[in-house]
Amino acid sequence: MSGDLGELYQQLIVDHNRNPRNFRTLIDPDRTAEGDNPLCGDRIRLFLRLDGSRIAEVAFQGSGCAISKASASLMTQAAQGNTVDEADSLFRAFHAMVTGPADSPADTAAVGKLAAFAGVRAFPARVKCANLAWHTLRAALEANGEQVSTE
Amino acid sequence: MTRPAAPEARATRPAQRPAGLDLARIRADFPILGQRINGRPLVYLDNAATSQKPRHVIDAVRRYYEETNANVHRAVHTLSERATAAYEGARTKVQRFLNAAEPREIIFVRGTTEAINLVARSLGQARLRPGDEVLISAMEHHSNIVPWQLACEERGARLRVIPMNQDGELVLEDLDSLLNERTRILAVAHVSNSLGTVNPVAELIRAARSRGVPVLIDGAQAAPHLRVDVQALGCDFYAISGHKMFGPTGIGALYGRAELLEAMPPFQGGGDMIRTVTFERTTYAPVPHKFEAGTPNIAGAVGLGAAVDYLSGLDWDRIEEHERDVLAYAVERVGAAPGVRLIGRPAHRAGVVAFVMDAAHAHDVGTIVDRAGVAIRTGHHCTQPVMDFFGVPATARASFALYNRREDVDALVEALDEVLKVFT
Repeated sequence: MSGDLGELYQQLIVDHNRNPRNFRTLIDPDRTAEGDNPLCGDRIRLFLRLDGSRIAEVAFQGSGCAISKASASLMTQAAQGNTVDEADSLFRAFHAMVTGPADSPADTAAVGKLAAFAGVRAFPARVKCANLAWHTLRAALEANGEQVSTE
Repeated sequence: MTRPAAPEARATRPAQRPAGLDLARIRADFPILGQRINGRPLVYLDNAATSQKPRHVIDAVRRYYEETNANVHRAVHTLSERATAAYEGARTKVQRFLNAAEPREIIFVRGTTEAINLVARSLGQARLRPGDEVLISAMEHHSNIVPWQLACEERGARLRVIPMNQDGELVLEDLDSLLNERTRILAVAHVSNSLGTVNPVAELIRAARSRGVPVLIDGAQAAPHLRVDVQALGCDFYAISGHKMFGPTGIGALYGRAELLEAMPPFQGGGDMIRTVTFERTTYAPVPHKFEAGTPNIAGAVGLGAAVDYLSGLDWDRIEEHERDVLAYAVERVGAAPGVRLIGRPAHRAGVVAFVMDAAHAHDVGTIVDRAGVAIRTGHHCTQPVMDFFGVPATARASFALYNRREDVDALVEALDEVLKVFT
């Protein structure tokens, strides 16, 4: 695999694409949101259970490319247990990482395992695949009831 | 004219690679093909989205701006006369290309989308009444669905759809009931952009015209591959996009039978489309100018004319033989590639091979093959109903033009191997 392809499809991403975690529905969720990426047909439905201002449980359903699916899977793991504010700063750090310039080192300090997505920076057309789950999470937390679209 | 009438191509499978076409010379006409992408020679297989441009077209547009540029149909100065002659000359070239009876039956538009919107709006206004029906097919591009939905919504009419089968071919069994006394127009693709199916348009046109129903053919994907003769087909409208047939973007043409065009109300109002204007009343210019409000895309029309000249200078018996060979080879090789499933198996096919892979979403396929220099399109191809029909969120589509060769198919298949390596 050539260099930046290997950076994009890291083992962690390939694994979460094949075996997505928290890939199910929640019964009686406190919040749900839907996101779609009309250009590639990625679709995600997110289910949240809240415990005060803390995200107690996150699950998702949907279909999409490896990047969007793995991102959703890893997002559910990362967001679980976070406060709403913590999840929001994680979203901002993740967003900054995947949209940063491809020719300078990614700032992965704040994102933990999600650093696996740093390779997306070299593939501008795929940034929205990585971001879809996070935009959908934000919509669910804001509970504005609108469908999220990357377009 | 070296493109005589042959409304429908047959995708048979020759055993041998045809000889006699100087492909190297044709490829040399397209400067962009010499490029390297991601360190590999460019293999451009996204021609159904847009084709590349021969030097002939690029030079014609540049020369127009360097030597001719002025507004058309207005001033008496020399450049304006030259620009008008170039613009109207392009109209005559397109007329001959489609074998329309008269130049005034060719209306310059932005592309197929605008052509269909023009007919849907104008004919819709003139002919659609509540309870009337518009008939399209299950494999239309969004641009041959949405304009009709808008017209139907506005006029209280109903959109009906000719179904298709799992091979990606239209099912004509119920055509008799679909084409009924309420049908006001039939609008159907000559060649499907997402499946490559060559539809039996001659048969459809005969059936519709025998019931007095006018027919619009979306020829966007047919014009670069098939020899089109609108008089032999007998259609009322035929829409093409310049950029899909080796011309510039932003220019296309609508063929319309003069009798119908004359009876139709204008599409847009503005300069150039009028005869007289007072605040009380405006009278319109004769066709085609009635449908060309505002300063047109003059350089685009000149470029489209140059594309038509380029195509007309080629030996189409040999081009067709070559395209059939490469396409049959692609169907065979891509279809046999590990982990690949073809979407649609039409008996008559032009230009397109669509597929999905079990191991990877189409988008991942597109990214991975791009790293090998291979450009394909992935997504729903502006045909979401086709994706729904086949139960897939998206497909990968390799689409071919006359400059593609068997080696391009080999490069694609090799790159698909890389997809399996990433995902298994």
